[in-house]
Formats: sequence, structure tokens, C-alpha cells
Amino acid sequence: MSFTDELIPPSPPPASARVNLLTLIRTRLFGSIGSTIVSVLILYLLIRYVPPLLNWLIFSADWIGTSREDCTSGGACWAVITARFRLFIVGFYPAEQVWRVWIAFTLLPVALGYCLVEKLPYRRYGLTFAGFYPLITAILLAGGLGLPEVATSKWGGLLLTLVCGLTGIVVSLPLGVILALGRRSNLPAISSLCVIFIEFIRGVPLITILFMSSVMLPLFLPPGTTMDQMLRALVGISLFASAYMAEVIRSGLQSIPKGQYEAADALGLGYWQSMRLIILPQALKIVIPGIVSTFISLFKDTSLVLIIGLYDLLGIANATITDTKWIGLSNEVYVFTALVYWVFCFSMSRYSLYLEDKLHKGHKKK
Amino acid sequence: MAAIDEASHNKMRFSIYDAKFRGIVMQLAAIGGVTAFAYFIISNTAKNLLDRGISTGFGFVSTPAGYDVSQMLVFFPEPVTHGQMFIVGLLNTLVVAGLGVVLATILGLVMGIMRMSLNWLSAGVAYAYVDSLRNVPVLLQILFWYGVLLALPGVRQSIGLFGIAQLNNRGLFVPQPIVQDGFGLVLLAFALAIAASVALAVWARKRQRETGEAFPVIQSSIALIVVLPVLTYFLSGRPLEWDFPVQKGFGFNGGMVISPEFTALLLALVLYTGTYIAEIFRSAIQSVSTGQREAAAALGLQPNQMMKLVLIPQAMRVAVPQLTSQYLNLTKNSSLAVAIGYPDLVATFGGTTLNQTGQAVEVIAITMGVYLTISLLISVFMNWFNACVALKER
Repeated sequence: MSFTDELIPPSPPPASARVNLLTLIRTRLFGSIGSTIVSVLILYLLIRYVPPLLNWLIFSADWIGTSREDCTSGGACWAVITARFRLFIVGFYPAEQVWRVWIAFTLLPVALGYCLVEKLPYRRYGLTFAGFYPLITAILLAGGLGLPEVATSKWGGLLLTLVCGLTGIVVSLPLGVILALGRRSNLPAISSLCVIFIEFIRGVPLITILFMSSVMLPLFLPPGTTMDQMLRALVGISLFASAYMAEVIRSGLQSIPKGQYEAADALGLGYWQSMRLIILPQALKIVIPGIVSTFISLFKDTSLVLIIGLYDLLGIANATITDTKWIGLSNEVYVFTALVYWVFCFSMSRYSLYLEDKLHKGHKKK
Repeated sequence: MAAIDEASHNKMRFSIYDAKFRGIVMQLAAIGGVTAFAYFIISNTAKNLLDRGISTGFGFVSTPAGYDVSQMLVFFPEPVTHGQMFIVGLLNTLVVAGLGVVLATILGLVMGIMRMSLNWLSAGVAYAYVDSLRNVPVLLQILFWYGVLLALPGVRQSIGLFGIAQLNNRGLFVPQPIVQDGFGLVLLAFALAIAASVALAVWARKRQRETGEAFPVIQSSIALIVVLPVLTYFLSGRPLEWDFPVQKGFGFNGGMVISPEFTALLLALVLYTGTYIAEIFRSAIQSVSTGQREAAAALGLQPNQMMKLVLIPQAMRVAVPQLTSQYLNLTKNSSLAVAIGYPDLVATFGGTTLNQTGQAVEVIAITMGVYLTISLLISVFMNWFNACVALKER
């Protein structure tokens, strides 16, 4: 392929040259012989494969039905999704209690909004609410304060995926800050403890950590105590996320000029005061894009809990495929599941890009 | 902070207001806390293991494993022990990770360059590839491809690929090379050709330094490496035969089979990691400032010279640390093989062996130790490589 001709930046067109669509198509699709060959090849593949794909996905698909036999038109059998939609969203959460999940889902955008968007009315109350949101949701979902208890083994689908992801996020931020500060501490014992923890977690696959938390955690506890299967997975996910978060935050701490540390010392601030008031506000702001991309990986990684037997979104998808009523529909189920993950991850990555843009603009103005 | 403290009082006071003293107290407290925690865990574990009647120690590695795996790259006589299963699993992990790293790098490079292309269509294809597959969990992709491969037609309706290989729901059946006498000569010629190319590169570089005359090293090296072994192959009477798979009943005779598990795992890992590597190459090449390109153009360098001499060396500095972490991720993600039953380290040793012996502590410790070692080795190698490409400052 001729990729070398774009290495020299194209000189700007003369002021008089009118750029119309035809010229653009000519230069951008058929600019050179190599480019033309590539364009024709890609166009051929698109025309050959995209219409049948769209046909399968949308136009000749079946949307409603109660079993595989209802899908007769030859396209995708989306009936499997519509029939089992609640299973995909909340898992085996009891039907008469499911309103609690809907309330938690409705409050989530409010809490997130106050965390992410700066200009909202009643920001102070909103942030306080966001701070209490995990506690409120925990009581709402698990039970307590008069609400009947719902065992975590009933949680599933998108609900479980979000619980795993959000718990990982909420725990990993403070833990990550502490680990990052510890790693940069000039007390050798503390910094080496943090280094050992971070590098150990980052060196092994998440699946071995999940195995460890599901198989070995019960062994670690005093005989007789038991621990919830979901809680064990959450411990593993949180520890894993904290180590990665610590490295992101450390890179932010390193990028703060030495003068800031010295200025904080000169003001007579103690270690924790200078970190809280001077260093961390600047460091965390710089690494927000890195933090968001850690969240994206974390959200994708929560799918691994299916291997230790939890029914998260992907776990429900896997269970659906082996259901005798819907057997052989793996393509439909996986495409739908992938779409759900994609919507969450893609919007997070766009948000991160927007933030990066905003941060760069701030630097340019100065 | 420390500097001020040292200057003002070199003597340590035994008071909470003395930074040095406070530091020592805090460290002792941290070490004490960790030791107490470790003691708590170890004593609980010992008690629990005793209660459940699980034996401890590494004696189990020499006991028979009593299970079979589909892909064994080394042959062990029956009965295979748990320790030998460990080696089988480790080799399977290394094969998929090694192949994955190479293929993902190639795919990432192609897609990264396509995304920078002026051609709308090729940039669009690369953009769609990166932004779609990057945002879907790799485990889902593994399961998806596994589902696709299992849905292929059965043995009797195998899809022929150019008359060489056969694809069906039991895997990809490919011809197996059978080495005859005299094949060592071809390998020797291959090694000679590589040595000659290295020597040629050294000579060409020296000549260019001294006289300024360039020599087409890459073209002549490729010619050497291809022509010399091929010539030897035909001259020595074609000492390599291919055993083609022939359909017989419900199976195939001859050839060798690449299992659907392996293909699905490799495909998903390569496609997923490729998206990250494409972005790494793109951002690395774009991070080289426009002034460098203009300067290279002003010096009269041809586009491919510009790429080779100016852009790639500078882009590598940005790319190598990020590539390292992607290679590490790919290796660690290969452990997801356990979800589809590809017999890698986690599935054989960390899975079946653990379930059979119940010795979770030992098995998980060994498994984690292996991944830590692999991570360490890749890091060491990439750090060395990074030191080679890093900016040489005085």
C-alpha cells in the first residue's frame, strides 16, 4: 500500500481553489494508483457484505417470540433478547422486588451527573448525594431498613456488571491514591510494601486473582466464617483495580514540578495538608483521562466473574445460549451483549477525549 | 522536606514532632501490621486445611494427573503427572502468547498506518475496526469466535481452503510437514543467509558512513534469505514432504489439526490487542513534530527514507513502553483460555489439577509465579530494547 505519500504534509490549497465534493472524492479516494486499488477493493467488500449483514441484523430479523421455533424469517432471532430482556438486565432478582433496581438505576445518572458535569444547580447537595449513593444503593439492592433481603446470588445481568464496575471504581480511587502516595514515600519500608503489592497485582492475570479470592479467601478467614461469593469477587476486582489506579495516579504525582512540593513545605504545610491542598488536586486533574481509561478496562474486565460462576451480563448470555429453548443462537446473544458493553465503554472513552481536549485548551491559554 | 529536617537537627528526638522519629515509628507500625495480618491469614489457612483434611506441600506434582488434554506439544509417557501437565499447559500458553504478540503487532501496524491514510475508505475501515473491537470485552470476543467456529459445517461438509486445508467444526486441518534426510542442509542455508544479511547490513552502514553511498540492504537481504534456502531445497532433492489431510469417514487421515479453541483464542486476542497497538503506532508517528517531516523533506529524503530514518526512530521511543504493556496484557489475557477449554496453564494446572488435588494455595502460588516470571522477562527484554531506541543524550 502506498502509505508513504501522506508523510509529507499536504501544502494548503491556494486561496482561490474551490473545494467541492467531486474534487474531494477524487483526491481522497482516487488520489494515486495505490489509493485507487485500495478504494476499489474496500468498496467491493462493502457492497458485497454490508447489505446481507444489515438484512440479517434488521430487515429480515424476528423480534418477538417465545422460543426458537417462532423465528422463521431467516434473519437474526432477536426474540431471544426481547423474551429474556429482564434476565439480561437484572438477572434472577425477584420480580416483586425489582422496583428497587429500577430506583437504583434511575438515581445513577443523577449521582454520576453531579460528579462529571460542573455546572449543575444545587451542586453541593448533589455531590453529597453522590457520596452517599453507594450506601443508598447497597441498602436498596441487598435489603435492610425494613426492605426484605435479596441474596446476592439472585443478582445478575447488567445489574451485576454495574455493581462490580462501580464498586471497583469507588474502592480503587481512594486505595489507589494511598498506594501511589505510599510508593512515592521516602520511608523505605512503606514504599517497598506498596511496590510489592502494586507490581504483584499488575504482574498476574485478573483471572488468577479472582480464583484466589474465590478459592483461597475462604481459607484465609477464621474457621466457621463464610463470605458471599459476589463479595469475594468484589474484593478481587477492587484490589486489582487499585493497583492499576495507583500507577495512573503516580504518573500524575510525578508530573507535578518539584517547586510545588517545595512551596507547600515553605508555607509550613505538613505532609497530609500539602498533599490534600496542593499536590493531589493538581495531580488528579492531570490524570483524569488515564483514570477514565482505567475505568473502561475495569468495566470490560468485570466480565471475567463469569468464570468463577457469577451471572453477570456475559454470564447470562452464556446461560441463554445453552438454554434448550434458544439453543444455537450464540451470534444474536453475543452481538447484543457486545452492543451493551460497547455503548458503555464508547461513551466513557468519548468523555475522556472531551476532557483531554478541555485540559489541553487550558494549557494553551496559559 | 527531608533536606530541611537534616539541616536543622541532625540528632533525632524521641518525640512525635520529630519527622525522623515519626517516620521510623510509622514504618515499624506498617511492618508490624502486615506481619500480624500475614500471621492471621497463615494460621487460619493452616487450621482450615487441617479441618478439611487437605494435605500440604508440593508432593502432588509427581502424582499421576489422570486427565487428558487435547493439545500436547511435548510427548510424555503415560501416566502423565501433574508436574508434566504443568509443562504442557505452560507451553500452550507460551505458544498462543508468542504467536499473538507477533500477529497483533503486524495487524496493529497495518491498521495504525491505514488510519492515518489520506484515503477516506481505508481510514474509515481502520477507524471502525479500532473503535468497535476495543470497546468490547476480550472474553466476549473469545466466546463469540468460539461460537462461530463451532457452528461451522461438520466433517463431511468441510470447507476446502485452496485445496490445501480443510475447515470444519472440529478445527482447521492442515498439511503436516515431514522432514526427510538432508533437510538440515536447507536449515543451514537459511542460517547462512541470515548471517550474510547481517554482515551485509554492517558493511553497507560502514560504507554509507564513509562514502555516503547507500546500498539496498533490505531488498538484497530478502532476496538472500528467500533464494538461498529455496535453491538448496531443490538442489538437495526436495527433502521435505507434506502429509495432506484426507477425509475418511467421520474424520481425517494424516495432516494435523489446529483446534477451534486455539483458533478462537488467538483470533480474539490478536483482534483485541491489535486495536490498542494500532492506536499506539498512530499516536507515536503523529507525536513526531511536523518540523521533523518538513526538515526531512527539505533535505530531499524520499518518503520511504523519511519513514525509515526520521519518523520511525523517533516514534519508537514513544511506542516501545506502551507496546510493552500491551504485550504483557496479551500474555495475561491468554489465561482466559480457561473459558473455552483451551488447555493453557490456567486451564490444566490452575483448573483441573487444582480441582483434583484441592491444594489451592500451592497451585495458585505456582500459577501466579509463572505469570510474574513471564511479565518480568518481557519487561526486562523491552527495557533493554527501549534503552537501545531511547534518545542518546550527552
